[in-house]
Amino acid sequence: MNVIACIKRVPDSAARIRPAADGKSINAAGVKFVTSPFDELALEEALRQRDEAGEGTVTAISVGPPECADILRSALALGADEAVLLSRGEEHRLDPVMAAGALAEEIRECAFDLVLTGKQAIDDEGGQAPALLAEALGVPFAPAAVALTVEDGRAVARREVEGGLEMLEFDLPAVVSVDKGINLPRYPNLKGIMAAKRKPLEVKEAAGRSTGRLELVALEEPPPKGAGRILGEGPDAARELAHVLREEESLI
Amino acid sequence: MSWSTLAFAQVSQAVVNGTAREVVTVARGIAQAGGGETTAMVWGPRGATEAGRELVGFGADKVYCCELPGLEWRQPDLAAVTVAKLIKKGGYRVVVFPSTARGADVAARTAALLSAPMASNVVSWELVDDTLEVVRPVFAGRATATVRLSGGPVLITVRSNVFSPRPAQGAGVVETMAVEASSAEGRRGVRVTGFEEGRRDRLSVGEAPIVVSGGRGLGGPENWGLIEDLAEALGPDAALGASRAVVDAGWRPHDEQVGQTGKTVSPNLYIAVGISGAIQHLAGMRTSKRIVAINRDPRAPIFGVADYGVVGDVFEVLPALTEAVREVREGG
Repeated sequence: MNVIACIKRVPDSAARIRPAADGKSINAAGVKFVTSPFDELALEEALRQRDEAGEGTVTAISVGPPECADILRSALALGADEAVLLSRGEEHRLDPVMAAGALAEEIRECAFDLVLTGKQAIDDEGGQAPALLAEALGVPFAPAAVALTVEDGRAVARREVEGGLEMLEFDLPAVVSVDKGINLPRYPNLKGIMAAKRKPLEVKEAAGRSTGRLELVALEEPPPKGAGRILGEGPDAARELAHVLREEESLI
Repeated sequence: MSWSTLAFAQVSQAVVNGTAREVVTVARGIAQAGGGETTAMVWGPRGATEAGRELVGFGADKVYCCELPGLEWRQPDLAAVTVAKLIKKGGYRVVVFPSTARGADVAARTAALLSAPMASNVVSWELVDDTLEVVRPVFAGRATATVRLSGGPVLITVRSNVFSPRPAQGAGVVETMAVEASSAEGRRGVRVTGFEEGRRDRLSVGEAPIVVSGGRGLGGPENWGLIEDLAEALGPDAALGASRAVVDAGWRPHDEQVGQTGKTVSPNLYIAVGISGAIQHLAGMRTSKRIVAINRDPRAPIFGVADYGVVGDVFEVLPALTEAVREVREGG
């Protein structure tokens, strides 16, 4: 089974986000960049599905600046067979239409059974790229899977919705986005890191164009929060809290 | 082009839920600001038309009701194809979806079908220079993005519990809309073939107006009864949440996790119990309207975002709080 894992390079979840001077991008100084956590799950699932099938390859693809090579090398170290960097300059901002377009252009040329990606990236949090990608490829789309099984070209996924779990069935090839709970990603080991050096990492110019109808006007820090009120210590403060929430706030 | 709007109101039964009222309220607000009509499309199982009638009371001028048998209303491709057709036919400029799991999925599919721009998790909007400008938290609340959507149609999903439903009288024409079951065929889609009901007695953490979250300070999964008791005392509006640490430790299920790699929530009241407040957790809940922190360590970062704080041992504070919540709620 040939699986493609789409992974995005994002600021670490613990990084402080400060807008840059242009008011539209983030100040990258001192910010650690990582693979978006949901995409780590997608890569792990890709490796498991390949190994389960006993044949095929995993290709990790990322769209973004040249620095995305770092997360692609990590993907190779974890067990991906090859990697493709769809490079685009810094002048392009986050735009799901453009990212999905670039991915679709590349993936369309591959013989793939399954495209896996995170349910959303933890920077822009748009969650649109997987649906756009499936539509561009003309294949079924299963969102936010917490479980995935594949047999004879047919797949079953589960996803969490309000009130419970839905079971989805679809034919391959397909695009599946994954949610937390689907697996626990493995850690890289030295053997994998060494092996990754001999694996192919191809760099191409990204295709894909923005519609121009979605424009980022400003990126700002959230308004600071005023100092809270410490009601005190222990059970007495707890009782006061209940009264405040009831009488002053009408919340309970 | 006038600012006529469409609200996609998905219901799971005959009664309207909070998110359905919220999407109609937002659609009505935009239509009024721009001088247009508000249409609601109610999508759900048998009985959805009843729910549709209620939405007139939140300002819908026209309500199209789609009642579907069995699991049909759960089919995301069918929903997307149907709403996309209605958008083309009605020429709506803005389409408002809920940011629930299913609502966000239908929105993304519809945007893809129509090649329409979309902004998710919107928390405020404004009409600027004949375009729709929206604000949405990004980087899990560590920054906010102002985004301009131009042309039409444009799609937005609105974050739950942010826009208070506002009763308003719409023209109120309620119509049943036939759904062509074949409309999603001919293209390769997914098929929902089953549904396992979760806990019926609790809302999910993403949509609940009150969230009680527990962290490592609870000591172990065996102590979660204290969290459940408090949620119970707060009534049916309260849902359970958890920090990443306790989910990763296997104490609580993944669907309760609040934070950057879990759910991003903004309830009216968020109570963090025994949660120190790692950046990735704060990211998932800092836009809550009121935040209460209960922690033994007065220097815990969670107090930095809290509106109210109680310092103390959770094993002493929680039972006292639960007791007091019961008293004030029963008393009045």
